[in-house]
Amino acid sequence: MTWDIALILSVDGLAGAAIYLLAGLGLVLVFSVTRVIFVPFGDIAVFSALTLAYLEAQRFPPTIGLVAVLAGLTVAKEVVTLIRRGQFRELPRAVLGWGILPMVPCLPAFLLAGRELPALVAIGLALILVVPIVPLLARLVFHPISHASTLVLLIAALVLHFLLSGLGLLFFGPEGFRTQPFLNGMVELLPGFRVSLQVLLMVGTSLALAALFFLAFERTLVGKALRATAVNRVGAQLVGIRPATTATLTYTVVSLLAGFVGILIAPSTTMYYDSGLIIGLKAFVAAIIGGLSSYPLTALGAIAVGMLESFASFWNGAMKDVIVFSLLIPALLVRSHFSNHSDDGSDEEEV
Amino acid sequence: MSSLTSQRLGILAVVAGLAIVPWVFGSFTVSLFNDIGMAALVVLGLVLLSGVAGVISFGHAAFVGIAAYASAWLSTEYAISPWFGLPFALGVTALSALVIGALTLRLGGHYLPLSTIAWGLVVPLLFGNMAMLGRHSGISDIAPLSLGDWQLMTAESAFYIIWILVGLVATFCYHLLNSRMGRAVRAVRGGNVLLASFGANIFHVRLMLFVLSAVFAALAGWLYAHTNRFVSPAPFSLHVSIDYMFMMVVGGMTQLTGALAGATIVIAVKNVLQDLLPLVSRHAAQIQAVAFSTLFILLLHHARGGILSLASKMARVKTPAPTQMHDAEPPVEPLPRRSLPDKGQPLLSVEAATKRFKGLVAVNEVSFHVKSGEMVGLIGPNGAGKSTMFNLMTGTLQLSSGRTEFMGENITRRSQRDIALMGMARTFQHVKLRPQMSVLDNVALGAHARGQCGMLRAGFNLDTEEERRIHAEARRQIARIGLEGQEMEAAGNMPLGTQRLIEIARALAADPVLLILDEPAAGLRKAEKQALADLLSRLRKEGVTIMIVEHDMDFVMKLVDRLIVMNFGTKLFEGDPQAARADLGVREAYLGHAA
Repeated sequence: MTWDIALILSVDGLAGAAIYLLAGLGLVLVFSVTRVIFVPFGDIAVFSALTLAYLEAQRFPPTIGLVAVLAGLTVAKEVVTLIRRGQFRELPRAVLGWGILPMVPCLPAFLLAGRELPALVAIGLALILVVPIVPLLARLVFHPISHASTLVLLIAALVLHFLLSGLGLLFFGPEGFRTQPFLNGMVELLPGFRVSLQVLLMVGTSLALAALFFLAFERTLVGKALRATAVNRVGAQLVGIRPATTATLTYTVVSLLAGFVGILIAPSTTMYYDSGLIIGLKAFVAAIIGGLSSYPLTALGAIAVGMLESFASFWNGAMKDVIVFSLLIPALLVRSHFSNHSDDGSDEEEV
Repeated sequence: MSSLTSQRLGILAVVAGLAIVPWVFGSFTVSLFNDIGMAALVVLGLVLLSGVAGVISFGHAAFVGIAAYASAWLSTEYAISPWFGLPFALGVTALSALVIGALTLRLGGHYLPLSTIAWGLVVPLLFGNMAMLGRHSGISDIAPLSLGDWQLMTAESAFYIIWILVGLVATFCYHLLNSRMGRAVRAVRGGNVLLASFGANIFHVRLMLFVLSAVFAALAGWLYAHTNRFVSPAPFSLHVSIDYMFMMVVGGMTQLTGALAGATIVIAVKNVLQDLLPLVSRHAAQIQAVAFSTLFILLLHHARGGILSLASKMARVKTPAPTQMHDAEPPVEPLPRRSLPDKGQPLLSVEAATKRFKGLVAVNEVSFHVKSGEMVGLIGPNGAGKSTMFNLMTGTLQLSSGRTEFMGENITRRSQRDIALMGMARTFQHVKLRPQMSVLDNVALGAHARGQCGMLRAGFNLDTEEERRIHAEARRQIARIGLEGQEMEAAGNMPLGTQRLIEIARALAADPVLLILDEPAAGLRKAEKQALADLLSRLRKEGVTIMIVEHDMDFVMKLVDRLIVMNFGTKLFEGDPQAARADLGVREAYLGHAA
């Protein structure tokens, strides 16, 4: 391997790291606020990528139907629950919040889809279409068992992935898509070393979003509420932070992050309905390096995963996934070694 | 009719029903039964590992695959009989499980199941990328099983082999669960401290269980390779592992019969959906995946105890494990006992023991000695560091500095388990019982280190003599605390005071040299306290050394030879109870300055 190749591989690795950074941040956020290990993150990214591909091909994005179905189910479930409890006054709010609000992003998409759209408009539509998906799913799947053990939540998350890849196949079909790159051309960073603008854009967007994420957490009240819930759920509840609300907020942020991941990855990788698991799990390796709690360490983990993947694919393309997932075991061992050994009681979980 | 007979009749009916399956149904249904049998083998292992011991695995299909590929490769490459492929497949799988388990089973909480996703995903990827295993196209034309010249090509002929194996494995699991190791397995969930306190090694138990469940999966894999006669990576993917998990949850996770029920229900429903869905939609396959995931999620929401628990909530038999009528049995030879050290010998010495939790010094330079045959009380106000001191002596916590010695050996850095094995038995301030296990089983846990039979001997039912001796010992200790006749009650149904007594019986079943009791009388009524005091006096006469933390001053003062008083982590006083009563420092600690 020459230095040139190493440099090229490093750039590829950074592009990958940009993806895993965003996904890793999302996973850490969900876990710290809700204790859900959100395996289906990649599936949502796939939905946004495929939505963009449909919009670019001037086809009607099936995402609208998907959101409508999910919103319908959620409203039905909420209404039944409220009626059973006799809380009729809450009904309009539930219908508005779970039925009408999620459908709002569908309206512009419904009106604009099918014609030729400027790239930015298409991207914007794809992003807002995906945003309602995770909060709706979480309300349906995780909310009723939000007090169950982490393991039950993990099983549910894993099953949700299979549900989503099934839905993906049903709504988007089996063919793979690759979207248009936003920027063409290369830029010469060092003499004789050129990087594609697309990669720079990926890394730049990812860093900008990560910075935004950081600021929102450190500087806004909502961000502080999320952090408070992450540190101590009961304590946060005592000072008036509602866990259900923070959960919904978290899932909305995560939905948006997943949307960005899908948009960023779609021009460089052909996306199929079932590409999500691998993306999500690689981000997991990064998140676990961060102990599912530290954002800076997750960023480091993302770089490690991106680099390893890039160099591994040079060495043996077919085995690159094997190599990346194998990193999980040493990462877990190191993590487990440094985390406090209070396994007594914490294992006492009724599944 | 007793529950035991009805259980036996039920099993007999199932066996008889299965025996006629190949004569009644067509090939298609019989091969469906074969699939159920193979899945049940995997799920039986999962019930032990995940359901009972709480080690969630999302990767068991990988073990099925390792065995299937191993035997397939051997028989196609070297034309070796599948019967020789069996030990090879089991060996390769067991070795893989040993390596994976040794690497990952120390992980705590959710990290362990996450690691199982990693290898559950990686192993099928490896199958698909190895040239010697035919990459994604797999291995075909695998030899069928044969008996002499008779080749078992049809579903009907494989049926009996599969279901005989299912029966054997189920019997093995049943015997295992009702054994010395089985009790440890059932106690695994809930953490390490209890297991180590009676000398069991939780890592060892989990690892053996992991390998065992992998071997059951390997049996299924070997059967699959030689009945299907074609292997490819798909049937061993993460998705299929989740299906096995689904079957386990459907069956109720903790019951062996649930493994059969779960496999049957899931495969049958899948098959029905396969028939019905094409009638309503052209996207049948996709809808099936969605429907299955939805069903699984609904199950997690509404019936985590499984479908069986829904059905049998009313008919639930109270007794968890059938046991023989013990009074009709011939007398058993009691378990061997340790020789207790002579009275007055130095037994335990604690020198300048200090424990810091970050900034907080919970125990500060505490020293004391205990002689054999003494009963020593450790008292002090709340937060004085008494329980921390006990945890330091028993190895539950590690000392920050200082030195502890037990029976002349330095135990400062010894593990909790090693110290327990030397003869130090304890109870806990916060009662640690396994509430769903019977009183008898909880007490028998204490005698764990006095038996030798491992999982294999237990599974093949070669441990009956030892089991009878352990049970006799447990019954003797239960009688001592006055709970005869309640041996088969679930420990969790007992009042808290009684649960403390059960902990004492469990500690006694370990035949201890030094008995460490953390607030044994809390929650007891007056008469019960008197009975406990009598029991402790008798034990002292027998030569057992006792250390006791207790808040009931009346109880302690009357009982002990010597008192150690702690306050704010330091030793305030040491001497006989009368002197303690008179000591100004002690009074001040308890009553404030005015006293």
